[in-house]
Amino acid sequence: MALSGCTVPNFGAKPGATTTSKSVFHLWQGFSVGAVVIGGFVCLLLLYAVLRYRRKSPDAIPAQSQYHLPLELIYTVVPILVVFGLFAATLVVENKEVANPKTSVVVDVNAFQWGWKFSYPGTSTVVVGQTTASPVMVIPVNTNVHINLTSTDVIHGFYVKAFNFSRYALPGVLNQFTLRATSTGTYFGQCTQLCGLYHALMWFRVKVVTPDQYSAWLAANSSSAASAAAARAATKGQTTPRVPTRQTSSHGDK
Amino acid sequence: MTDVLEPPVQVHDEHDGGAHAHDEHHGPTGILKWLTTTDHKIIGLSYTITSVIMLVIGGVFAELIRAQLSTPTGTLVSLAQFNELFTMHGSVMIYLFAGPFAFGGLANIIVPIQIGAPDMAFPRLNALSYWLYLTGAITMLAGFFTAGGAANFGWVAYAPLSNSLNSPGAGADLWIGGLLLTGFSAIFTGVNLTATIFYLRAPGMTMFRMPIFTWNMLVTAILILLAFPVLTAGLIMLYCDRHFGTHIYSVAGGGVPVLWQHIFWFWGHPEVYILALPFFGMATEIFAVFSRKPVFGYKGMIFATLSIAALSLGVWAHHMFTTGVVLLPFFSIMSLLIAVPTGIKIFNWIGTMWRGEIWFSTAMLMAIGFLVTFLIGGLTGIYLASPPLDFFTHDTYFVVAHFHSVVMALVLAGMAGLYYWGPKITGYILNERIGKIQFWLLFIGSQVFTFPLYILGLEGMPRRIAVYTHDPQWKMLNDVSSIGAILIGISTLLFVVNVVVSWKRYPAGDNPWDAQTLEWFTTSPPPHHNFYRLPQIRSERPTWDYNHPDHRSLAHGQHEEPHEHDREEVGV
Repeated sequence: MALSGCTVPNFGAKPGATTTSKSVFHLWQGFSVGAVVIGGFVCLLLLYAVLRYRRKSPDAIPAQSQYHLPLELIYTVVPILVVFGLFAATLVVENKEVANPKTSVVVDVNAFQWGWKFSYPGTSTVVVGQTTASPVMVIPVNTNVHINLTSTDVIHGFYVKAFNFSRYALPGVLNQFTLRATSTGTYFGQCTQLCGLYHALMWFRVKVVTPDQYSAWLAANSSSAASAAAARAATKGQTTPRVPTRQTSSHGDK
Repeated sequence: MTDVLEPPVQVHDEHDGGAHAHDEHHGPTGILKWLTTTDHKIIGLSYTITSVIMLVIGGVFAELIRAQLSTPTGTLVSLAQFNELFTMHGSVMIYLFAGPFAFGGLANIIVPIQIGAPDMAFPRLNALSYWLYLTGAITMLAGFFTAGGAANFGWVAYAPLSNSLNSPGAGADLWIGGLLLTGFSAIFTGVNLTATIFYLRAPGMTMFRMPIFTWNMLVTAILILLAFPVLTAGLIMLYCDRHFGTHIYSVAGGGVPVLWQHIFWFWGHPEVYILALPFFGMATEIFAVFSRKPVFGYKGMIFATLSIAALSLGVWAHHMFTTGVVLLPFFSIMSLLIAVPTGIKIFNWIGTMWRGEIWFSTAMLMAIGFLVTFLIGGLTGIYLASPPLDFFTHDTYFVVAHFHSVVMALVLAGMAGLYYWGPKITGYILNERIGKIQFWLLFIGSQVFTFPLYILGLEGMPRRIAVYTHDPQWKMLNDVSSIGAILIGISTLLFVVNVVVSWKRYPAGDNPWDAQTLEWFTTSPPPHHNFYRLPQIRSERPTWDYNHPDHRSLAHGQHEEPHEHDREEVGV
């Protein structure tokens, strides 16, 4: 792809830390090149018109031309072609993002007012934490990770900036997507959909580790260790604004 | 005088005992006139004044939001108050300012005069619309005076956050009630505008001789009739969920929370064009008048408006790409396609200026400012029509920046409309020098305000957060944006100052701008039933044709002045 070269500016976005975040980044670059070219062209036309056709006298009356059919056709047909080009590029990236390849690593992500619960099916590992306690979701690098996203109460937004990706956590709906992180590190995540009082503080972190570290972490945190992790997260939560505890059921909002 | 028609209304008035003839109108005066009137001009003026007050109230909320975000820990207001602030900022600006200003205010005043009608088709319904709007506005704002505060679930009121468990209190109910009332006001105005435009056009005013502003208002009115009843139904169901134990939007009783989003955005996206089309129409008229040319591509412009309206009914789920429960490619291509008619409009506006004689009045500057700002808002909108880029930026400040570019463009166009039509409504021109200072403050302020928000969005700052303690370096960009917001605030104050300074100072005359459409043929302000006489209507510019019979519009390829016999053929 010509657009993927380093010579194209990033237009404020970053490639990110997953395979799809890089595709999104290239799509961003492509759209931005189009926007700059088209926007620049329109601005130049406007600038020329404004500078060139300033009135010379209050009495001057210009030619009263109203139609130019060939010109009008050009600026109808060319944008249609551009739009279909953008749509084609969109489809390529979109199909990558919504694909759910088979994988052994699954994380059930449950959002609630105002925190996150990350459970690892098949193991007893559960990480849960509220607001700025920032519970950590640990996933292995270079591995497809299947996420099952749900909400206990209202709508939340699962958003990790470094992944260039967000998805709603909806009550009553199971949302599924696949992440494939390409570099290790800890990435900040935050709820992006207004969910009530502590919306601004509904944080979490995604820690991408090597597969070996992941297995070790999973083993260390299963069974009895899980409750310890939860307790640790809860203790950390006490340094933050006090969150009124609310009974949350898995059956929704009423 | 062969060019002047006696309007049929005068004949009618003579049988009417002269009670409504000309300006010999013996109605009540003073405050009683404003309370009891059914005159579209006075109702329109009430709408305009009320909605500008709403603009100021919404603006104060905006400045408070900016002040809160000037520090990462934001201590000006509490988390709860912040939720109320941005909810009511959005609600006031969308429901109580932008729409009512356009279709209740300027359209109410201008459309009947532009088509040579004596009033709206249903004057009493028109009065009812205004009083419903005012009642709705007060109802919605009354939430601040309840124990639980005003509504705090965002202007979109997503279920289940908006149910009685998560948002108890009277503020939310007052929000629903206020929105229902203003919704009915919009529906009645839609009925009124449609009936007026279809049935009360002057002789000779065919559909393809209607000014673009009137065309846009017709399309807007039809969109209102298609979209608002859906919102009304949705709100009633929301109220039932809150108080009567229904489970339409709650999982617990077998309901579907996402249904609210479908209903809301099925109204909400047409609403974007219900807001925008009137302002497009204002800008179109102004570009033509101050370039002293006809609207370039007049018919193309109308078809572009119609296609925008048609497409706008099939794009609602682009607000819901990240729900994971909508068909992405369909809503993506429909949304992308809206760029085509919108592009046609932009090129037509530039084509109107091309080879014109541009008069840089305040109205024209505001309209050019609208074009540039709208271009930015439009281009960034194209990104959001692409689901992967929407996943990337959804619910971040990038989206906030995008739609604020669009709405600041609409504010610029609205100001252009006030400077352009103000003289027709009041009989007096606003001070041009203050107007130009206001323009530069508003235009520069809009860009300084929105540009940092785009970057903040790309840096990952979510919408609707009162604090950003985990990323304090966002402060710098927030501060730059706040400077822009302050400039916008000052420019709004300057407008109020200008109205006071110019009060009855610079008489306008009938046609101060050498304008083209029918409203400039009558006096400023127009008499009780708008016209003493009408010109022959042979094109969409009857006043221009009357004043400049030797400068009629040229068809494509026609470069010389038309011959004498050509002119006689037109419209006879």
